[in-house]
Amino acid sequence: MTSASDLPDTRGSTDTPSEQALAAAKAKAEEIVTCDACPVLCRIRLGKTGACDRYGNIDGRLVRMSPLVVTQRVLDEKGAVVPFLGHDWDGQLVPGAETFVTGIGAGTTYPDYKPAPFIVGSEVEGVDMVTVVTEGIFSYCGVKVKIDTDRFIGPEQAAVRVNGEQVGHVTTAEYGSQMLALGGVRHLTGGSKKEGTVTCDTMLTLCNKGAVEMTIDGGTSLRVQAGKPPVIDGQEEHRMRVGCGSATIGIFAQQWRDHVDEVIVVDDHITGVLSEHQAGRFLDMKPAGIRVRGRKSTPGRYFQVANPGTGWGGTDITDPLAIIEKISPETAWPGLRLLMVSTTGEHHAYFVLDERLRPQPAPMPAAIAKVVERIGENCEPALCTVLFMGGAGGSLRAGVTENPIRLTRSVQQALTRVTCGGAPVYVWPGGGITLMVDVTEMPDNAFGYVPTPALVAPIEFTMRRSDYEVMGGHMGFVRPVAGIRQGQVQAISWRSDQPWPLDPLNGQGSSGT
Amino acid sequence: MTIQAALMPDGRRLHLQHGPIDLVIEAWGAPDEIMAAYRQAMVAFQTVLPGLVTELALLRRPLPATGSLPQAEDAIARNMVAACAPYRQDFITPMVAVAGAVADHVLAALRRHRVLTKAYVNNGGDIACWIGTGTQLDCGLVTDLLSPRVTGIFHLTPEMQIGGIATSGAPSKGSGGRSFSLGIADAVTVLATDAATADAAATVIANAVDLPSHPAIGRVPADSIDPDSDLGDRLITLSVPVLRASEVAAALERGRARAEALCASGMIAAAVLALQGEIRLCGSLLQRHLAA
Repeated sequence: MTSASDLPDTRGSTDTPSEQALAAAKAKAEEIVTCDACPVLCRIRLGKTGACDRYGNIDGRLVRMSPLVVTQRVLDEKGAVVPFLGHDWDGQLVPGAETFVTGIGAGTTYPDYKPAPFIVGSEVEGVDMVTVVTEGIFSYCGVKVKIDTDRFIGPEQAAVRVNGEQVGHVTTAEYGSQMLALGGVRHLTGGSKKEGTVTCDTMLTLCNKGAVEMTIDGGTSLRVQAGKPPVIDGQEEHRMRVGCGSATIGIFAQQWRDHVDEVIVVDDHITGVLSEHQAGRFLDMKPAGIRVRGRKSTPGRYFQVANPGTGWGGTDITDPLAIIEKISPETAWPGLRLLMVSTTGEHHAYFVLDERLRPQPAPMPAAIAKVVERIGENCEPALCTVLFMGGAGGSLRAGVTENPIRLTRSVQQALTRVTCGGAPVYVWPGGGITLMVDVTEMPDNAFGYVPTPALVAPIEFTMRRSDYEVMGGHMGFVRPVAGIRQGQVQAISWRSDQPWPLDPLNGQGSSGT
Repeated sequence: MTIQAALMPDGRRLHLQHGPIDLVIEAWGAPDEIMAAYRQAMVAFQTVLPGLVTELALLRRPLPATGSLPQAEDAIARNMVAACAPYRQDFITPMVAVAGAVADHVLAALRRHRVLTKAYVNNGGDIACWIGTGTQLDCGLVTDLLSPRVTGIFHLTPEMQIGGIATSGAPSKGSGGRSFSLGIADAVTVLATDAATADAAATVIANAVDLPSHPAIGRVPADSIDPDSDLGDRLITLSVPVLRASEVAAALERGRARAEALCASGMIAAAVLALQGEIRLCGSLLQRHLAA
């Protein structure tokens, strides 16, 4: 067996072309950039890449298309982060700053060869730490999308399509949100070639914080982008509901009591009726005798008052009176004041019962309008959130240790910290290293792909040097962080709202076990 | 020095990279011999790109249809000119054989004085190979570069006298790389005695797989993408719509005629042409040996 250490190390910085050749190549058209990374001296047009595809012309500048990304921070004496990165900062390494090497740009070449992963040693608070940095090729991966809306986007289990290809499905709704499960190995590799390619492209775009247009069978069209409001059938969603209909009643009952006789909060899930609701009865409200459609759950709470849709409160209702089944002449009275409102306050109407107990639209008194407005005020902005989910329990581990199960155990015992592009991840309990990460926490364009198709995501494993040794790590490949040189890397500012990935771990178990 | 040399994670194959050249190399034999062969390949590789760069102007010019061929000093450049000379009646520049000629050169350096059983140098899909007596080299065939998947396997044996396998077709680089084609083939794979010959033939056949007047095929001048392209303002293929079966057949037939002629003349041993799921095999060798 041979090993890489038998070979001379020929990695290095750029070789310089002759000055004559460089000058001649540069003395040409304006928007063309001459790449001096190798002797070919490609002249690269705006937005294109050179012959190697590693360097490109972005906005008239020569850019390494996938540089190794490092994140840096500088602390003052009190341990607060010093902002040192101005807007005109060019991505050069800041000398003396603490540096964490991310997996972004660590190696992505397809088919299956990659430069050996970076294994970087650094000393943090007197503790020797090792970070194993790589770009994982995730054949088993998916994207979980949370869309803050009550609007009906399609039935549970319905196919989600991009360019006609199924890339995932609608999964169980969560509080105030519709959920999509996209990607996964079945769409990536189990279907047609086009299905796999479109699925990969969809996940890549979403993970890199781009927008994707999709349609749902039996539902709506959607535009999804991490950290941005969803666009449903061409309409941008602004508010996430304050709660379900029943919760809305609970929150605002007291504020309504003195101004109305009945409030119906229209909601596709649980429509609330104030006077029947526990909250109304607590406030000694008189029964109003207005019975809504649907199935009664508990007093004042109704399921299925209408069909799901994009109207009031996620129903298909455009005229709220349509959900009123009957108004009881024994209980209701002329002049009864009725407010109907949706869970976001976006839809609202005020009625007064006439002599024949028919609701007649009336101007909404200011005191009630104020509370309706307050519903909106209490709604959070509606956003799409995109979580990348992938399994790093496979062959990727061999780049870390000769004995992969020890990495899995070390992660499970919290002796090894897993990050993606420096961002914190959630590792699922149970077998394997199955993780989830919010893509907005990660640096821009952190993801790539291989035509397998599969996603390529940066991943870093950080642990004490002693734990790395015990695990059977590739100790001979550990290089000091100071060896990371200017020119090979793009430095980015560390996000101070995130835990510093190199902070010592306090996992269970100890080194040597 | 931008030259990178490293064993791959599998500990068997050698990866050499310099500028746009990416080589994946594997040799079989005694461990000492393999290591010595890899060292020889690395040494030879140091001068490959610098040598070609000095000849770039010559290599990017079309060969004259008649008269004397341009004289290059660099050995690889000379082989490129020679590999393209048979096609000089039509537009051709020696650049079409660059990948294959580099692979041939490094394979020769790797083998010099070494005792190996077999070896190959894969230059981004253009492969120079040597198969020793009593061994065989299994080579996967990918007919769609945009969605790589092995659709067949060549079992190459020494008796076939194959030293080069090259594939040309739709550019496989997503962000605008420079593997341009004048035709519309998804992939054309050629087997020949050396990689430079296979490379040139694959390019010529892939250019022939075409529907010249089809309005929906997207074409742009090569130099609108790469200002220094050896193809100048010739129209290169950017996009191919889904074609009718009759159109696919017509385009493949143009390429097949060209390939059969090259097989008949003995220039190449075999060719596989692929377009939108349809495949054509040329050369008697393939009919006998392709195990799908």
